[in-house]
Amino acid sequence: MTQHNTQQAQRKAAMAVLAHAEAGEIAARLRDLALPAHQDLRAPENGLVMLRGRVGGDGAPFNLGEATVSRAAVRLASGEVGFGYTLGRDGEKARLIALCDALVQSRDFGGLVERSVIAPLREQLMVRRTRAAEETAATKVDFYTMVRGEG
Amino acid sequence: MTTIAELPPGFADKVLSAQSTFRSVMDAMARPGSVQRIVPMAGAPGMMMRGTAAIALTLFDHDTPLWLDARMSESSDVTKWLKFHTGAPVVQDSSIASFALISDGGALPSLERFALGTGEYPDRSTTVIIQVDSLSSGRGFELRGPGIDGVATLQASIKPFDLFERLRMNEALFPRGIDVVLVADDAVVAIPRTTRVVSKGS
Repeated sequence: MTQHNTQQAQRKAAMAVLAHAEAGEIAARLRDLALPAHQDLRAPENGLVMLRGRVGGDGAPFNLGEATVSRAAVRLASGEVGFGYTLGRDGEKARLIALCDALVQSRDFGGLVERSVIAPLREQLMVRRTRAAEETAATKVDFYTMVRGEG
Repeated sequence: MTTIAELPPGFADKVLSAQSTFRSVMDAMARPGSVQRIVPMAGAPGMMMRGTAAIALTLFDHDTPLWLDARMSESSDVTKWLKFHTGAPVVQDSSIASFALISDGGALPSLERFALGTGEYPDRSTTVIIQVDSLSSGRGFELRGPGIDGVATLQASIKPFDLFERLRMNEALFPRGIDVVLVADDAVVAIPRTTRVVSKGS
């Protein structure tokens, strides 16, 4: 059970990185690997998901609007099934994410994919986020109020 | 995770495969008794035939309640595959089903138990998809009705043997009634509610 949970956490972490990466970046990193045989269990397809919101975070839920998502499912010859969901209409990206998800679960490829695909992408993502945070921080203005003293 | 690992894949090319399968089923409905081929192939789970699987991927979705015969509903391969690829809800009550999948024709329930449509909405009836042994050899049937120029002959080995006698109820029910699709591997024959079996040889 704990092993199952670790794997779930690992897949979740991988998904958090892959969803923010460009399809081209994922493909370029996967190209260097000797990938095992795999097939599309569910060919990439586009659809809509309803986004729900709550006023103030705790109000009654309401339908905010719909967002386009792409999804795919890939199965490795060894039986692992990976799922990919991503915002937007990039079906190929969903397929690549599903492939990575399947590889992460695989005993033979899990480490390799983590090292050569997900870790570099995570680093890139961190760099990008830090830079954005720094750029924002540079324009920060501190407001303070002068209290007029009495007498 | 291993449960999903056994699932056969869906269509490789969803749009074109579904269009082509739809065309085959539509031609079969328009020309009752003619044997149409389903070209695009998807993996088929359990005892489901290739043609049935392709039709399922093409016609079923979350708006089409589905009734399965005992042999199909007992197979978790079939129910899981249908749920994963089509999302169609499987119902126990055959009278609200849009489609019924029959793998064992011998155990076909009485046709009155399916949805027959209403006078206002005759299209809200169940389309019964029956897997049969062969649509190229067996007993000969002669069909008449709209879409048939004169008489169409169909050679088929079908279970239940009295299927066409049972479909006689369509004559009295019209415009309500049951449409039947017969599938043997990748061959499809449709018997819409307007088709009458006039005679049969041996």
